[in-house]
Amino acid sequence: MFYRETGQFKTTYAADQQIFPIRQDRIGILLLLAVAFVGIPLFASEYWFTAILVPFLIFALAALGLNILTGYAGQLSLGSAAFMAVGAYAAYNFQVRVEGMPVLVSFLLAGLTSAAVGILFGLPSLRIKGFYLAVATLAAQFFIVWCLTKFPYLSNDSSSGVISVPGVTILGFAFDTPRSNYLLVLSLVLLLALAAKNLVRSSTGRAWMAVRDMDVAAEVIGIRLMHTKLLAFAVSSFYCGVAGALYAFCYLGSVEPDGFSLDMSFKILFMIIVGGVGSILGSFLGAAFILLLPIFLDISLPAVASLLHLPFDNATVSHIQLMVFGALIMFFLVVEPHGLARLWQIAKEKLRLWPFPH
Amino acid sequence: MFKKSRQFAIAVAASAACLAGAFSAPAQAADDQYFMLPDYRVGPYGANGQAFYGGFIDYLTYVNMKGGIDGVPVAWDECETEYNNAKGVECYERLKSKAKNFAAPIHTMSTGISYALVDKTAADKMPLAMMGYGLTMAVDGSVFPYAFPLVTTYQMQASAIIKFLKDKNGGSLAGKKIVFLYHDSAYGKEPIIALEAESRLNKFELVQIPVAHPGNEQGAQWQRIRQEKPDYVIMWGWGVMNMTALKTAQKMGFPRDKMIGSWWAGSEEDVIPAGDAAKGYMSATWNVSGTNVPLIADIEKTVYGAGKGNLSDKSKLGTILYNRGVSAAVLSVEAIRTAQAKYGKGKAMTGEQVRWGLENLNLTDARLKTLGATGLLPEVKTSCDNHEGSGKVKIQQWDGAKWVLVSDWIEGNKALIHPLFQADAKKYAKEKGITPRDCAAEAKKK
Repeated sequence: MFYRETGQFKTTYAADQQIFPIRQDRIGILLLLAVAFVGIPLFASEYWFTAILVPFLIFALAALGLNILTGYAGQLSLGSAAFMAVGAYAAYNFQVRVEGMPVLVSFLLAGLTSAAVGILFGLPSLRIKGFYLAVATLAAQFFIVWCLTKFPYLSNDSSSGVISVPGVTILGFAFDTPRSNYLLVLSLVLLLALAAKNLVRSSTGRAWMAVRDMDVAAEVIGIRLMHTKLLAFAVSSFYCGVAGALYAFCYLGSVEPDGFSLDMSFKILFMIIVGGVGSILGSFLGAAFILLLPIFLDISLPAVASLLHLPFDNATVSHIQLMVFGALIMFFLVVEPHGLARLWQIAKEKLRLWPFPH
Repeated sequence: MFKKSRQFAIAVAASAACLAGAFSAPAQAADDQYFMLPDYRVGPYGANGQAFYGGFIDYLTYVNMKGGIDGVPVAWDECETEYNNAKGVECYERLKSKAKNFAAPIHTMSTGISYALVDKTAADKMPLAMMGYGLTMAVDGSVFPYAFPLVTTYQMQASAIIKFLKDKNGGSLAGKKIVFLYHDSAYGKEPIIALEAESRLNKFELVQIPVAHPGNEQGAQWQRIRQEKPDYVIMWGWGVMNMTALKTAQKMGFPRDKMIGSWWAGSEEDVIPAGDAAKGYMSATWNVSGTNVPLIADIEKTVYGAGKGNLSDKSKLGTILYNRGVSAAVLSVEAIRTAQAKYGKGKAMTGEQVRWGLENLNLTDARLKTLGATGLLPEVKTSCDNHEGSGKVKIQQWDGAKWVLVSDWIEGNKALIHPLFQADAKKYAKEKGITPRDCAAEAKKK
């Protein structure tokens, strides 16, 4: 009864085509934005900012990137972490080597560099599909990490290969507190998410989905396969690259190539699988699930154990945490194979009818 | 229907509150000296972490059972990092609020996590200890006031190994060929600049051969070593790479007594799985193994006697890594004592005060003897421009059953190596826009 669009008439095309056509959704998203931009900065603690919210937003952005490629364009990729590494190292190099380079421009250039590398590794997608493509992108994962380790130039001749990034200053304002840092990441992620949402609703997005669903049919109706697939790789890598730059500049402050391992690529892939393949919202939900659940278990399990007087030491708790985490992923995939985003959609459908189901 | 929705709302609110409660940091402890331990007991290096942090925690328990640090009890919390940088940062942030009053040195036993924490700890004014790992250029305390690569660094260790080999060869390595076989990561690459400098100075030929992580297949590398016919192989390995190297060397017929490992390649966990292939293999170390060190024996008696020991597998007691954990804890506690001597005995020290203690540490052999820790540590004397404090290692050899020391303390070539750190630190300060402290002026003021 609260969530019903009865009486909301659309009189213009613009009104009909807006991102949130239902008024309740618009109010909801405004509230959410108010909480994110005003409520959280007012009340959250430093721990929340640095250890939970910032990594969540950054990984949501990376998942969004992968979701564009895998969820919308149907090209399975295992190289997301490598593209993040390209972004992180590119942003670092632009920042350190070019005197007076604005940080945001470095981020943008990092994204573009990553996009270029993405196109290069996207070339095999023109001939191979599915699992075979996944293996080809796996090559990107190993090659890029190897490359960053091999050539000291890329890490500004750091003796260890680890780069330590300078602080973020935009127009003289230093983003050095956890709060300002969070707001910066939030704004960037939001902008990019908005862009992605509009992109997938445009003809480009439709072309991606057509290719995903059946590439021969797409070609027959006049979609250029090469152009579409490579564009998906470029856009996806751009997002991953910016996420990588943010990961280095706004989260860890210092990164090494080995940090962007296959594990991380898998993690991002799990995010979109759990969150919802082919959904912008799903990227955020998936990132939240994969990142926050282990932390939640990590904190709550010892408390539960001591409450029940179970003789758990730290190692046992860590093992249990992994088991519970794995079990929960399986549970969600069995109950809702289309991810958390689909659950949300079902909930909305139900709410529409509620409380009169007929 | 309203009733239902209200119930629903209450349930949502309650679960949200639960979540928020679980995520917020735990409540502040009393006036204890607080150790945050971002440790690891699972994951690829879990076995190493169990021994190291077992020793560390056992010593803290021991200190508490003996009445604390001048009456100040010690408290600690563990947080599992799985040797993963992002998890390490999360752990640091989680425990930070608890540590903000009375922070003891933080040991992560991970180079990657240390790197990620260097700037954060400096901003939060908490001392970061990196004993034998981590950001080595932090030896220059003028740029890194809160980071302490204590005891010795990879570069100084590499230099000490060269010195050991030089002494073995009658004082000259000219014309010799040395292969540097390393784990292709930050850890393995750190000593390269030191070895290159040494090779220029001592006129030996250096051949660098990287091994990709994790290093469980080294056929190609050892094939190359066979072609190169080096006089020695210096190995910077970690985890599974070490035993693979030893086994492959045996297969290829390379004598193990011409191989010297770093101190992360010289624990029981590295040689026992290699079986008789490890016999004769040497490695650097700064602490002895075994339970015949008085302090270790006392810990076994006092802590394990009272059933308060941390190790679930007691056979790890007295291993190299266990003893190293104890040595790390000894050093931290002594730094707190040093701080107490200046800022007030019997009080818990703040992070800033502990930092002062770490920077003005003077751990003599006499003091080590009082503690019963002779053999666990070299003498350590730190200062503003030397956060390392020692730079000495011993060389040990595996006789098939135990580690036997084959040298006394060997100090690396400080005059050669320390300027490298200062140059790096200067570059770092420029990149980050840090204005270095003036160590000379500070020393004069004292």
